[in-house]
Amino acid sequence: MISVSTEAEKKVIVEIKGVNKIYGSNHVVKDLDLTVYEGEFLTLLGSSGCGKTTTLRMVAGFEEPTSGSIRVEGEDIQNKEPFERDVNTVFQSYALFPHMTVYDNVAYGLKMKKVKKAEIKERVIHMLDLVQLGGFEKRYPSQLSGGQKQRVAIARALINRPKVLLLDEPLGALDLKLRKQMQLELKRLQRKLNITFIYVTHDQEEALTMSDRICIMNDGVLQQVGTPYEIYETPKTKFVATFIGETNLFEGSVIKKSGRKLHIAVEPGDFAVEDENENFNQGDMIAVSVRPERMLYSDTPVDGFNLIGTVKEQVYVGSVLKTIVILSNGNEIKIERLAGQELPTGGQVYLYWGNGDAKLIHTFDNVFAQAVENIVMQ
Amino acid sequence: MKKLSRHTFRSNTLPSMAMVGPVTLWLAFFVAIPLVYVFIMSFCSIDESYNIVFKFTASNYERLFNPNYMQIYGTSILVAFLTTILCILIGYPFSFMIARTKWKHKALLYMMVIIPFWTNSLIRIYGWRTFLGTGGWLNHLLMTLNLTSEPIEFLFNKGATVLGMVYCLFPFMVLPLYTAIEKLDQNLLEASSDLGAKGHTTFRKVILPLTMSGVFSGSIMVFIPCLGYFFVSDILGGGNSDMIGNLIERQFQSGNNWPLGAALSIILILITLLLVKLYQKAGGDMDSLGV
Repeated sequence: MISVSTEAEKKVIVEIKGVNKIYGSNHVVKDLDLTVYEGEFLTLLGSSGCGKTTTLRMVAGFEEPTSGSIRVEGEDIQNKEPFERDVNTVFQSYALFPHMTVYDNVAYGLKMKKVKKAEIKERVIHMLDLVQLGGFEKRYPSQLSGGQKQRVAIARALINRPKVLLLDEPLGALDLKLRKQMQLELKRLQRKLNITFIYVTHDQEEALTMSDRICIMNDGVLQQVGTPYEIYETPKTKFVATFIGETNLFEGSVIKKSGRKLHIAVEPGDFAVEDENENFNQGDMIAVSVRPERMLYSDTPVDGFNLIGTVKEQVYVGSVLKTIVILSNGNEIKIERLAGQELPTGGQVYLYWGNGDAKLIHTFDNVFAQAVENIVMQ
Repeated sequence: MKKLSRHTFRSNTLPSMAMVGPVTLWLAFFVAIPLVYVFIMSFCSIDESYNIVFKFTASNYERLFNPNYMQIYGTSILVAFLTTILCILIGYPFSFMIARTKWKHKALLYMMVIIPFWTNSLIRIYGWRTFLGTGGWLNHLLMTLNLTSEPIEFLFNKGATVLGMVYCLFPFMVLPLYTAIEKLDQNLLEASSDLGAKGHTTFRKVILPLTMSGVFSGSIMVFIPCLGYFFVSDILGGGNSDMIGNLIERQFQSGNNWPLGAALSIILILITLLLVKLYQKAGGDMDSLGV
């Protein structure tokens, strides 16, 4: 749900400012600015190679930013070694010490802090109970299942009461069912212990399920930060719109603006949309994103829309009827609606959508980038 | 597991025979039969003209307890022990460096350890003699620099023998160590650091325990041949650090007492087996000995 408190009320715990990471000729993280608030579950989401893991590793201290600063609770941690930082990491491969028992693995961090033996014992037992591994103290990692190893890895990190817990695709190696269960469990743990989580994943569903806020990255560039609701409902870039969930994207330009009404021409037609925030002007390059579940069709022309296509196929998926319509330029439009009237394959339909169901995205940057690229290519 | 392998053996008897047959024959002819022969010989006697007579006696084994021999066993163990320790002390940091370097030519470093072993070790040991002898390069250099007026005798002591042994057996320490360190998961070191361990603690608590198998197999592979490398103590030790290997060699050569040599060999084999057994008991992996 959308958080009620305003940003000013929340305490900043991690502040990433102008961070770049360059390996040789590879610019992995580009001018990243990101603020993480205390107690929140923030997910870095993106496909592999987008820089999310590198970002996490810079916070942990395993990588050094090429430029920029990272602060934890206002303190610059640039020159701190990983063992001096109050953050802990849950590794994708678990990284449990194979020669130590579950107990010794979990106790490792406390032993390093020279905590008294009796206290260590009490905290380890408590932590193992919390991750539902009571009684597994004497086992070795090789005697555990993937899910159990994962719990040990989480317990081993959480027992140190870090200011921030960093999780690098921690559920990546688990099967789907276990993953779903662990997602809920992780969320429960995070709420209970009230520890800030920075969670890296490439699985958008996982991100939507668990996060308070999602930070979407692509090619080293932060695309958008927001609640799952904001990210899904108001994508700010074409990438976000297509990366989160399925969508239909119409790219074109604003040919006429009358009040808040924009008249938009796209390759296979034209239509009018409402620009609630009055962000666009005549001549602007625009992408219009309409989710499959918001897309409508009719067998008669609809006022304000000139998008005509032919039905390619219809498939029942349980309660939903999925339809694919081909536009005159060959683009496929996906439509999902509750099962109802069927359309004949090859039949002509008029596409439209309700007021406010289309999300308007500036594509100037993309066009500009493409223009630059074209010049360079020539 | 056992059931499975028996099953596969049955269903593929012919291919298995083709695979295992030649090896079995090879082992029978070149390992088993000679060993049995040595074993039998160790209970034989010799006549006045040093011919082997097939007459049972245990006297060869009784002679092994001769105090002179006992001293040689002591020297052997001492030299082998020192050699092993030195190989670990030099080999560990060395292997760590080549296994962990980010330099793209790390195979080259590895090759630099191996390449000298393409030359006969006898020749290389003579090389040391040329280098360290009283008329050798090192003394020549020291005298030219006026660091000494008289040439120093570096050779013909236990130290020189240990030096030669370390030189000869170093790769046998590096190979298993390299393998063990190479397969160490980088994430474990990061996890240790992440949990608050400084570098030396990570080494003590994570790196060393997880590479101990390499230290064990390296030690076995250095210690055992060290007992038998008679030419090193011959050439560099000059009779001042005789080892079991020299003793055996002498029985077969100048001493011309093959049955006694055979008895000594059997003892050496037993010591070797004992050490391997200890290694196994300590959790050592037999595969990593098979370099």
